[in-house]
Amino acid sequence: MTDVPYSPARQSSAGKVALRWGLYLILGIFAVYYLMPLFVMITTSLKSLEEIRTGDLVSLPREVTFDAWAKAWSGACTGIQCEGVRPYFWNSVLIAVPGVLISTLLGAVNGYVVAQWRFKGANVIFALMLFGCFIPFQVVLLPMARMLGLLGMAGTIPGLIFVHVIYGIGFTTLFFRNYYVTIPVELVKAAKVDGASFLRIFWSIFLPLSIPIIVVSVIWQFTQIWNDFLFGVSFSSAGTQPVTVALNNIVNSTTGVKEYNVDMAAAIIAALPTLLVYVVAGKYFIRGLTAGSVKG
Amino acid sequence: MAPILDIQNLYKSYGSTEILKDINVSIEPGDFLVLVGPSGCGKSTLLNCIAGLEPISGGTLMIGGQDMNDVSPKDRDIAMVFQSYALYPTMSVAKNITFGMKVRGVDQATQDKKLAEVAQQLQIEPLLKRRPGQLSGGQRQRVAMGRALVRDPKLFLFDEPLSNLDAKLRVEMRTEIKALHQNLGASMVYVTHDQIEAMTLATKIVVMKGGVIQQIGTPAEIYNQPANLFVADFMGSPAMNLIPAKTRTDAAGTQLEIDRPGGAPIVLTDTRARDLPADVILGLRPEDIAEPGYRSGETVQQADCKVEIVEPAGADTYVVTTLGGKLVTARLHSDTQAAPGVNHTFAFDLGKVSYFVPETGERIA
Amino acid sequence: MARWFETHLPKIVLAPSFIAVLIFVYGFIGWTAWVSLTRSKLLPKYEIVGFIQYDRLFASPRWDTAMTNLYIFGGMFIVISMVLGLILAILLDQQIRVEGAIRTIYLYPMALSMIVTGTAWKWILNPGLGVQAMVQGWGFENFKFDWLVNPDMAIYTIVLAAIWQSSGFVMALFLAGLRSVDTEIIRAAQIDGIPTWRVYTAIIIPSMAPIFLSAFIVLAHLAIKSFDLVIALTGGGPGYATDLPATYMYAMAFSRGDVGQAASSAMIMMLVIFIIVVPYLYSELRAKND
Repeated sequence: MTDVPYSPARQSSAGKVALRWGLYLILGIFAVYYLMPLFVMITTSLKSLEEIRTGDLVSLPREVTFDAWAKAWSGACTGIQCEGVRPYFWNSVLIAVPGVLISTLLGAVNGYVVAQWRFKGANVIFALMLFGCFIPFQVVLLPMARMLGLLGMAGTIPGLIFVHVIYGIGFTTLFFRNYYVTIPVELVKAAKVDGASFLRIFWSIFLPLSIPIIVVSVIWQFTQIWNDFLFGVSFSSAGTQPVTVALNNIVNSTTGVKEYNVDMAAAIIAALPTLLVYVVAGKYFIRGLTAGSVKG
Repeated sequence: MAPILDIQNLYKSYGSTEILKDINVSIEPGDFLVLVGPSGCGKSTLLNCIAGLEPISGGTLMIGGQDMNDVSPKDRDIAMVFQSYALYPTMSVAKNITFGMKVRGVDQATQDKKLAEVAQQLQIEPLLKRRPGQLSGGQRQRVAMGRALVRDPKLFLFDEPLSNLDAKLRVEMRTEIKALHQNLGASMVYVTHDQIEAMTLATKIVVMKGGVIQQIGTPAEIYNQPANLFVADFMGSPAMNLIPAKTRTDAAGTQLEIDRPGGAPIVLTDTRARDLPADVILGLRPEDIAEPGYRSGETVQQADCKVEIVEPAGADTYVVTTLGGKLVTARLHSDTQAAPGVNHTFAFDLGKVSYFVPETGERIA
Repeated sequence: MARWFETHLPKIVLAPSFIAVLIFVYGFIGWTAWVSLTRSKLLPKYEIVGFIQYDRLFASPRWDTAMTNLYIFGGMFIVISMVLGLILAILLDQQIRVEGAIRTIYLYPMALSMIVTGTAWKWILNPGLGVQAMVQGWGFENFKFDWLVNPDMAIYTIVLAAIWQSSGFVMALFLAGLRSVDTEIIRAAQIDGIPTWRVYTAIIIPSMAPIFLSAFIVLAHLAIKSFDLVIALTGGGPGYATDLPATYMYAMAFSRGDVGQAASSAMIMMLVIFIIVVPYLYSELRAKND
């Protein structure tokens, strides 16, 4: 529709050019709107506190300094501790990696069963699991706190992994189920006649097919777990907090001078892994988002 | 020799809905059994029951003289070809064909040898390293056949294997499957909704409807002596003409009186005296309504009918008229002079006629 | 035995996940529902006394504020995100040369933690050194933009940040929807000489009804669960001016030691989501089970 060969009047084509410029202008303004906070975060994190106090919110740093980053990483205070976000960053890694792997694996197996080995009641089970994705987690917060206590996992990293896996399998099952239902059931039949068992069919035929949906599931779960705050703040203790909780503690700690540059550096550090995933595999990230909202 | 497949009083239901009712059929080694019927008639379910992919609800199912009730598909010594081919998408053609042997722990040397044989037989050697996604429909079909052939089973099962191919390829593959059957002498069960496939391939046809077997017989029996109106209508293209008629028996034989629009009823005489009810449905294949010059003999009767539609189809011309309130098709030679709106003389060959009871649809022997 | 195992293996494999969901989702909802009907305070009690917790809840001015905030926040967040998302999607649908890059820019906030978003906007909006100070520094001495510390306006900072975070996602949803409309219909309309804007309003947008519904469900769901953003941006303050049900529930559960109030407020949240999501899920599953 960019070519208008039969355009009757030159005036209208000049109008079209103007319209296009307007279009790009509007899109540009919105791009600035979305980028501005990131820009401010980065520039602020590179300024000295002195410059922040005297300078402009959106100005570039006169003198680039990485002091705030160093402090955010290993020296900022989260309440009484002053170790920066580093230990908490690793906590998040320790929570996210097993959490992502276990929930993805379970989701793959569940999706395989629900989509390809339909038995009576399988749809009801799937619907019940699916609804679990949508509950407000506040409704399970209190009993889960008690349950973790009973299991001796209160305030531990395995406890947090457990919680993330439990409330992640609904989504991972949904991903894999929606992926596997598009595969004709004849594939399983053929493999059965060939003599392959339930697990053999999964391992030799379905798993090799699943790379794209595994990527979607891993990215989705990683983003969810890494960015989680509610479970982190509810079920962790002093040494096991994830990075989001630590960031919030640094930003909202009332002791001492407010160091905005350190806050911003810490925020960027906390955001970096998921941003990186988004930049590297944005296509799969979007697919996960839309699969989580538009089932079909 | 014992039947290779023997099904007795087989029932299959999902919950309270019966999919298959009292199925009895058996085939000898080397038979090519075709299950044919409209969609939803239970033919694929029956095939899945034979394969062990669906449990049966009642009756017995024996393969090679052994009861298969508690035998899983892999132990039934069968191979199956599917409509969607069901090739394993991530495996090469070679791996697709050898997967079954690999799962069963067949040694590598045997695998390679059998693969080479089958690949040569089906002429798919150049394709062995490719993935299914890189193959055309016909090539996929061959690979699916290869996967079945390599197993050298007691019984081959085909589930509408040609229905995803275009018309031309379908005819070619049909011929190939027929040749394969003749060369291997293997026993096969083949499901299709295409009655031409059924006629051309089968040594034995089972016509099904609503989970019930309508007729079992050779292609010729099914075509010439359909057991009821359903079979008569389903098998053959164009379908058999089914014309309501009144009967009267006298010395000359049985008089058949058929309504004709805008004129007196036509009366045909079946000289072979038969004891027919007063109302019958008369079944006559389109090729048994000809033109006087082309068909003569004792059983042939002539009558004038008004032509409504003329459909040239190359070798033949189909001419449609109305008799007994039904559209009736005659298969005439392409040089016919019949023209729409004009009366034309037809020769009805009552030697091939079938009679059915209007109420029950059953054939009158 | 082996055969029994073989035929039941799919169920056996699914069982642990299903049992976990039964206990940790449905069992826990049941537990919370039960406790919301007791006199539980610091510790849960299990003797049912009726709806006193709900009576307390509805009488609480803080809960009242939280619900009012939810209406304001939820309503504005959903409406503005959808309008903005739709406009951006339509603008991006005009054969834009750098569409990929623009989409990436519009959508990246969705990858961020709400805590990060809150931290960034808290800095931008803080009156002392943020936007207010900046504009004043440009010479507009009387410029005032102190929403963050103004109890009447603070809730709108949450709306602002939440829209920034989620509108790109709505745009992506709508863009996918626009692209999925049958191009033959659009071409037919163009041949009929229907102007582009009419093609959008009369053909494309009406055919995207399911996407509107999906977007609405997702946004409503995000709004009701909103917790981290409030904590990071305003901490629920000033006072409890920006409390939402989620922060109310958390405060009751973990800082005020009022288990009964926490349980009853969680149940109200559950109920709201239930009313929105269940008909949607039901119709989705219905439609696909044939």
